[in-house]
Amino acid sequence: MLSLQGYGPSILQGTLLTIELCLASLAISMVLGIITALAKLSRVRAANLIAHAYTTIIRGIPDLVLMLLLFYGGQVFINQVGPMLGYDAYIDINPFMAGVSTIGFIFGAYMAETFRGAILAVPGGQMEAGYAYGMTRFQVFIRILMPQMVRHAIPGFGNNWLVLMKTTALVSIIGLKDMVRMAGLAAGATRMPFTFYLVVALIYLILTSISILILNRLNKRYSVGILKGES
Amino acid sequence: MNFSIIADNIGIYFLGLKNTLILVSVSLSIGLVFAVPLAVLRTSKNILISGPINAYTYFFRGTPLLVQMFLIYYGMGQFETIKASFLWPFFREAYFCALFAFTLNTCAYTIEIIRGAIENTPHGEVEAAKAAGMSLYLRFTRIILPSAFRRALPTYGNEIIFMLHGSSLASVITIIDITGAARIINSRYYTPYEAFITAGAFYLTITFILVWLLKKLEYRWLAHLRRE
Repeated sequence: MLSLQGYGPSILQGTLLTIELCLASLAISMVLGIITALAKLSRVRAANLIAHAYTTIIRGIPDLVLMLLLFYGGQVFINQVGPMLGYDAYIDINPFMAGVSTIGFIFGAYMAETFRGAILAVPGGQMEAGYAYGMTRFQVFIRILMPQMVRHAIPGFGNNWLVLMKTTALVSIIGLKDMVRMAGLAAGATRMPFTFYLVVALIYLILTSISILILNRLNKRYSVGILKGES
Repeated sequence: MNFSIIADNIGIYFLGLKNTLILVSVSLSIGLVFAVPLAVLRTSKNILISGPINAYTYFFRGTPLLVQMFLIYYGMGQFETIKASFLWPFFREAYFCALFAFTLNTCAYTIEIIRGAIENTPHGEVEAAKAAGMSLYLRFTRIILPSAFRRALPTYGNEIIFMLHGSSLASVITIIDITGAARIINSRYYTPYEAFITAGAFYLTITFILVWLLKKLEYRWLAHLRRE
């Protein structure tokens, strides 16, 4: 039905890169998200302010603008700082690193909101009980807070993940060879843009469908023992 | 940083602002107009009616907007029948293609938002309407939709912001929206910070104004849920 004229493997290579990109930026965004969520809830005013500014600004600006800013701006920045440190050659930013850090940075802000909500959803008495047992703050966080907040975080986390996956398509604009870029190259060579972009769209659809299945299972697993109201 | 370059070229940003606002408002309005009846049909129990709408929303919500835009802008040229038809003058235009892609995308999201709100109508309200002898049409126009719109408002507000941010993709297919203006300034003067920070400030301002307006609207529409 679909003839890819020999460009199938290159599209698959792009798919692999897209998946790597998704997972790597997810990892960064989760770390940033947790730190920011804790900063937002902390009693230190400065941490509060920085975290608040970060989430507000990031969520108010389009991903593409941020990506272009960090990609082109980062390039200029590194080449200004490089000579100061005694490194004279022109430094090219690795587009993969640029893409991963940008997407991770953007979604860190969204994750922070999800995690903040999830932390607040855990009853305060739970933590209090932990402290009463003589646990340190770190122990309370790892043993009491984390296991219970996961359940509240999963729906929001799932949404963020689905949006993140679709956002990775933007890296094709800054020259990363993800599947959208590969499809563009194949389309240019074969003059079949519709076919190739449709294939990429279908791959995205498969990836999101698999994600939804996994997320539903996770949700079920972490909600074991929680009674739901009869509808 | 040298913001005098921006001050000298502020005109292009305002041109971009105009285009962004047109793209966003037109696609949101057309999307909403089509989404309401489609959302009602989507709740139908007849799979022949709800199935195709379901497939449409699934496709457009599960794939990136960028790819949808490319499918329309680059993809349509693949078909000789379209190239030969009266549609070609439209699909040749980047502006029309962006608008078309944005409309299809926001319509799909809006359908699901309104469907969710319709399905969350308290059962008692529908029952009461039935008991009062209302027809299906009356039930929808008088009971279900007015309360569904209220419930949908906060989520739809997010969709508006999402569309504003999504519209920045138009710059990829040569349209001069706010992002497009920034890209032109960046490539002309090689000033990424100034160019993109200015664009970011424009978007941030629009976002704040929208959030403020939506809050006011919510305050009015959801007055009955207000806590004293």
